[in-house]
Amino acid sequence: MSVIWQLFITFFKIGLFTIGGGYAMIPFIQQEVVQKGWVSITDVMDFIAVSESTPGPFAVNISTFCGITAHGFLGAAAATIGVVLPSFLIILFIAKKSSNILCNKYVRYSLDAIRPAIVGLILYVVFEFMKLSLFTSGSPGFSADIKALIIFIFLAGYFIFRTYKKKKVNPITIILLSAFFGIVMYGVLPILNL
Amino acid sequence: MKLSYQEIKSRLICLSISFLKIGAFTFGGGYAMIPLISKEVVDKHQWITDEEMIDIFAVAECTPGVIAVNCETFVGYKVAGFWGSLLSTVCVVLPAFIIICIISLFFESFKNILWVSYAFKGIRVGIIILLAMAVLKIGKYVKYNIFACIILAAAFILSAFSDINTIYILLGAAALGIFYNLILPYVKRGGKI
Repeated sequence: MSVIWQLFITFFKIGLFTIGGGYAMIPFIQQEVVQKGWVSITDVMDFIAVSESTPGPFAVNISTFCGITAHGFLGAAAATIGVVLPSFLIILFIAKKSSNILCNKYVRYSLDAIRPAIVGLILYVVFEFMKLSLFTSGSPGFSADIKALIIFIFLAGYFIFRTYKKKKVNPITIILLSAFFGIVMYGVLPILNL
Repeated sequence: MKLSYQEIKSRLICLSISFLKIGAFTFGGGYAMIPLISKEVVDKHQWITDEEMIDIFAVAECTPGVIAVNCETFVGYKVAGFWGSLLSTVCVVLPAFIIICIISLFFESFKNILWVSYAFKGIRVGIIILLAMAVLKIGKYVKYNIFACIILAAAFILSAFSDINTIYILLGAAALGIFYNLILPYVKRGGKI
């Protein structure tokens, strides 16, 4: 099977199971796309940041990115068409039949159970990303990356403060803040011999 | 509703211009697009009523798939039938696709700039917060009961400690959801049919 066809099939499956917004894709991308060696996990993290800071649907951005990294322009086209096609077909079906399939009790029961499962899956990715970003795996075992931990505490503090004040947190603000802290921690502080 | 050929043609042109514009300039993904779509098709062109639009959002949000694409495909179908939905889908995807293709040309060499690489080290920490936000957002739609909590914990544990394909975890959850809801009334009645 050619890579292009595999990309299409993989992202078709991902599109079919993306329920509740683009981030629901991340566990799939981690399992399907990273394990096949198409992109690295740090690439995925960087793509998330770029996808958040560029216009367009998050899911489309990230699929295009994975596709183009895996197999150039044709790979991007295959991944993007793959991720969009389930949406298109399902909605076309619903619109055409003008009957609401969501009223079907079996569909509702399964969606009600799939949502908490997706929360569980993304929660695991959160832990996985914490392990990757906040700790450096060396021998023996893990050692904490103190600078990353400090950045994390700052960002978490900002997030909790904003939420506590009942204000919305803009993802782009988080990205800009974290980029700023990254530059200060890894770039400026070593120059100042701190 | 029967539209003349001319009417459909002019609607298709308007629709594609609107959706290309929304696709090219809306930051923040599908949820951010929804008010803009509504402004174009409900307020400006009056192709769709407010109530219809609310129904479309509800369906777009619950249906599997990319929310923005769901929403625009549905709107496209209502406005101009099959070709409307196809054109809308292409128009919402195309700007993002082109922008990402262009960015990816420079992305690797951009990341290799020393100071940019420092920024990305920080950004990889920020991503944790973004994912946590996504967990909270999707978590809002979960009806929390013992069953949902068990499913949540099971999905977490299975993805952490086993190699089971994520799709099977979700299909398993769906099957359990149906099974649980069918068996629950029976159990509540104390086992009497």
